[in-house]
Amino acid sequence: MAIDFKQVDFTYQPGTPFETKALTDINVTIPDGSYTALIGHTGSGKSTLLQHLNALLKPTSGTVTIGDRVITPTTSNKDLKSLRQQVGIVFQFPENQLFEETVVKDIAFGPQNFGVNEADALKTAEKMLTLVGLDDSLLERSPFDLSGGQMRRVAIAGVLAMQPKILVLDEPTAGLDPQGRLDMMEMFARLRQEQNLTVVLVTHQMDDVANYADHVIVMDQGRVVKTGTPQEIFKDPAWLVDHQLGLPKTTAFAQQLMARGLHFDPVPLTEDQLAAALVQQLPATVFGGAESHDE
Amino acid sequence: MMNKLIFGRYIPGDSVIHHMDPRAKLLLSFYFIGIIFIANNWLTYVILFAFTILAIKLSGVKWSFFINGVKPLIWLILFTVILQVLFSGSGGHVYFKWGIITISQLGLVNGIYIFCRFVLIIFMSTLLTLTTPPLELSDAIEYILMPLKVVHFPVYEVALMLSIALRFVPTLMDETEKIMNAQRARGVDFGEGNIFQQMRAIVPLLIPLFVSSFNRAEDLATAMEARGYQGGEGRSKYRILKWQARDSWATVSFVALTIVLVLCRA
Repeated sequence: MAIDFKQVDFTYQPGTPFETKALTDINVTIPDGSYTALIGHTGSGKSTLLQHLNALLKPTSGTVTIGDRVITPTTSNKDLKSLRQQVGIVFQFPENQLFEETVVKDIAFGPQNFGVNEADALKTAEKMLTLVGLDDSLLERSPFDLSGGQMRRVAIAGVLAMQPKILVLDEPTAGLDPQGRLDMMEMFARLRQEQNLTVVLVTHQMDDVANYADHVIVMDQGRVVKTGTPQEIFKDPAWLVDHQLGLPKTTAFAQQLMARGLHFDPVPLTEDQLAAALVQQLPATVFGGAESHDE
Repeated sequence: MMNKLIFGRYIPGDSVIHHMDPRAKLLLSFYFIGIIFIANNWLTYVILFAFTILAIKLSGVKWSFFINGVKPLIWLILFTVILQVLFSGSGGHVYFKWGIITISQLGLVNGIYIFCRFVLIIFMSTLLTLTTPPLELSDAIEYILMPLKVVHFPVYEVALMLSIALRFVPTLMDETEKIMNAQRARGVDFGEGNIFQQMRAIVPLLIPLFVSSFNRAEDLATAMEARGYQGGEGRSKYRILKWQARDSWATVSFVALTIVLVLCRA
């Protein structure tokens, strides 16, 4: 399922002194099956754009096409349920949305809203808990007794239980420790494989963009300023700094090496790519020298 | 951010009314509600409206905000007006009579007066909230309640509670919006279906809101304690209220209005 924005403008509180224009002339496509990263500094309009992905907000002008549904400024608020089932959004700090007495009931809440009967929903909930890497013993616990990281996983399981085709993640690793962050990102990559999901990731972590995304949308001041592959986005460090964005650690390191005379084309994004490029370039004598030292 | 306007919200501005002392504004608004009841004929109501319109003009706030202030209450107002019209008894010409229901000239006139009173009160109190930041208002209330300290009324604590409550209204609004969005994304329909379905839809909103409010209250208490907060006697103020010439003039104009009303009433 693809999502297509055509000349989308969005204004908050139009016609009042609090009127603020959040999106201007957005023309962008999130291709079916892609892992799209949405980046941009705070206040660039990412979160507003995100809420258009399942019609929580409707454009002030222009159209958003989600699968085969076209959302225009006049689309009725009714009958959007099937859309919301297909596009699952995990908001920032999703642990704040938990409310049920037990973990299993909370996860089953979404599917039940979309018409799945209770027994089936509870069964799905159990499966989803395993899928997000939590133990079955938590099923009957209160979600408020869990640790922060566990709560977040439960909330994510609650969205996955709706069996969406598109999974939208708004800074899913904010506030997690480094290991939790890595586990979480690996989990999404695995889920994407297993469930054949289209993933949209909003993030400030350029490393995650480099490691996981295959399509990047850069936003600044309510406009889309660049789209392309991570390669295309990260090859121009000066441009990124201009838009208050950074480089992935590996790419930054490669830039420093380039300043000292090494040459990379294309610029490496991940550690593996950097290592491979280095092996090719370093003169044989370096390796030879090391070997001779061993002897 | 809420995508709608909240009734009675502060609109920043640079007018005389905006710069008035909040104590003056608060007291005069209450005083105005009192003197509305002096009016009892067309002339006095016209004077009151002229005075209110002048005050609104001085504030520089758009008319639509005041009209929007009346809208949510319009059914209550009309209900009261209709009761007044139907049950005022007979006075002057009687147009219609059926059992205890009478539509008379007196009833109609009284109905219109009641309507005018409502509109005047709403306009003036809307003017107060539109031109006064909530925190200034709570400072004013603290000051006005001060005499109650004699009877051991916890004035500082009440004022602090009021300030905190007001301070967290926008935060709670944002939070509500966020949780509503999250639950909508999970298939909840707010404001649809019959009354029982709507009540059920509120639960997934209220519980997270309560949980986060309690957490926030605890954080706030810790933060205040960490910074050595101490209320009550001897605590100095960041915003100092100053009674200025314009406040005295406003008071004088209200007194003048009262005198004119007393002279013109029937």
